[in-house]
Amino acid sequence: MTAILKLDRLSKSFGAVVVSDETSIEVEAGEALGIIGPNGAGKTSMFNLITGTLTPDSGTIHFQGENVTKKSAAVRCRAGMARSFQVPQPFDGLSVFENALVAATQGAGMRGHDAENHCLEILENTALLDKANVTAGSLTLLDRKRLELTRALCAKPKLLLLDEIAGGLTEAECVSLVDTIRSIRETGISIIWIEHVVHALLAVVDRLTVIDFGRVIANGEPKAIMASKQVQEIYLGIEVDGEMEGHG
Amino acid sequence: MSSMQDHTVVRSSRASRFAALAGIAILILLIAAPLWAGRADMRLLGELFLYLALASLWNLLAGYAGLVSVGQQAFVGFGGYLLFALTIFGGLHPVLAIGVAGLLGAAIAVPVALLIFRLRGAYFAIGTWVVAEVFRLTFAQISVLGGGSGSSLPVSIVKSVAANRTMREWTSYWMALGLVVLVLAVVYLFLRSRRGLALTAIRDNELAASSLGIDIWKTQFQVYVVTAGLTALTGGLIFLQKLRISPDAAFSVNDWTAFVIFIVVIGGIGTIEGPIIGTLVYFALREFLSDLGTIYLIVLGVVAILIMLKAPKGLWGLIRERWGIELFPLSHRVIYSKPDKEK
Repeated sequence: MTAILKLDRLSKSFGAVVVSDETSIEVEAGEALGIIGPNGAGKTSMFNLITGTLTPDSGTIHFQGENVTKKSAAVRCRAGMARSFQVPQPFDGLSVFENALVAATQGAGMRGHDAENHCLEILENTALLDKANVTAGSLTLLDRKRLELTRALCAKPKLLLLDEIAGGLTEAECVSLVDTIRSIRETGISIIWIEHVVHALLAVVDRLTVIDFGRVIANGEPKAIMASKQVQEIYLGIEVDGEMEGHG
Repeated sequence: MSSMQDHTVVRSSRASRFAALAGIAILILLIAAPLWAGRADMRLLGELFLYLALASLWNLLAGYAGLVSVGQQAFVGFGGYLLFALTIFGGLHPVLAIGVAGLLGAAIAVPVALLIFRLRGAYFAIGTWVVAEVFRLTFAQISVLGGGSGSSLPVSIVKSVAANRTMREWTSYWMALGLVVLVLAVVYLFLRSRRGLALTAIRDNELAASSLGIDIWKTQFQVYVVTAGLTALTGGLIFLQKLRISPDAAFSVNDWTAFVIFIVVIGGIGTIEGPIIGTLVYFALREFLSDLGTIYLIVLGVVAILIMLKAPKGLWGLIRERWGIELFPLSHRVIYSKPDKEK
């Protein structure tokens, strides 16, 4: 398999705050990678670096074999990266359908009826078709999160980056979200998913990476990672073997 | 259950189709104005068209592209001065000169944009004003164009537009009408296109827009340059009507930007209909209050403040919220329609 995304010793800091410390991550084509870590560990910053919203201080990003470190967010999206935002960023004045259409026409470069039908199809899958004419600014939080996923999919990504889209959902909604993401995976789209709702994450991903203080501290098979002492200590805040030192 | 096969996307509505017909009727009526309007009415209408053109262009720039410029008088004055320069020294026919002035206005906007696009928000606004002042001071230095006191268009050039005064006034009226139709068509077709959708997305959320593949800088740059060109074209026409130009009149921030912002804000920024309503209200106020002298400006200010407080989306915003109509169909509506097979 070939890597669709390769981060090589990526570093970024804001003054004394290090959000990425020589991070190296690879994602294989078709793979679903889960990312966990405590709040403020640098997970969203990593997405910002990958998608081009932030520029790294050092290190490189290769997407589909091409060095995109210096490329803008817009270029990376058109090359096949699409993300959802943790805090939804809808186009408030546009309808749900038009929000989707922006992604299809700009991100995926589609036109006319092709673009319209593509959007309708995805709106149907994400259960937003009935709200297609609603102004995005007046949506509920749940629907805004759905819209984030919808828009990202309308951009026809090869790599989909999901940032905490399960947070705040009911159990039933969470189950249907997991189904949706699984079916996205089956179409061959690679996924990186940051999530605090770990059971939802584990139902989808092949591999888990744990980040803390901008560093990759564990990486591997999800169950093994979750069971590891290091993760339980740092991520869950449990002092497994009774040592009183550690992260404060 | 509804599924996507039962849905179609439509853009026009009954209101917009009616508006299109009404628009054509009004346009025919306006083209035929020499048959029913007096000389003073036609002069007023011509001026109204030029203000509507400026307002629509400023609305595209500030209301859609988020480029709040207070220096569009730079391009009005530039267009006006080029009309004088190209006709007096270049020997061009005034109509051709105005066209060339538009093209050169767009060309000069390229380096200006490269400079001021480094600024954001309030700094951008101040930057545009500084550029306009630079333009004013530069043209005031050109002694062959009258320097600081300005110059008049020679009679021979005025006569080259049309032989007699009536025909000249009609021509100038029709050119103003043609210009406003052109500007409205450009604004409408642009906003209706994929790029227009991108522009609206940028206005609503820059972060999301760039993450969905929109090149913000390039889109804003294109709008700035096209707007500048058409503003210069309008400037050329304005000073063909006035027949006299001076740096203070050509680069007046009051006449070409403050009133224009007033029009767009009271009409409804970020809508095509807004500047149209705003222009009508502005001219109505001006006609009724012009005898009051300075009080007129105070009334104008009070009206602007009241509307900003009570209806921040302007008069058209009120109408749209109340009745949900759109005269220029830009939005996409998804319509649920049962498939024909079920008959």
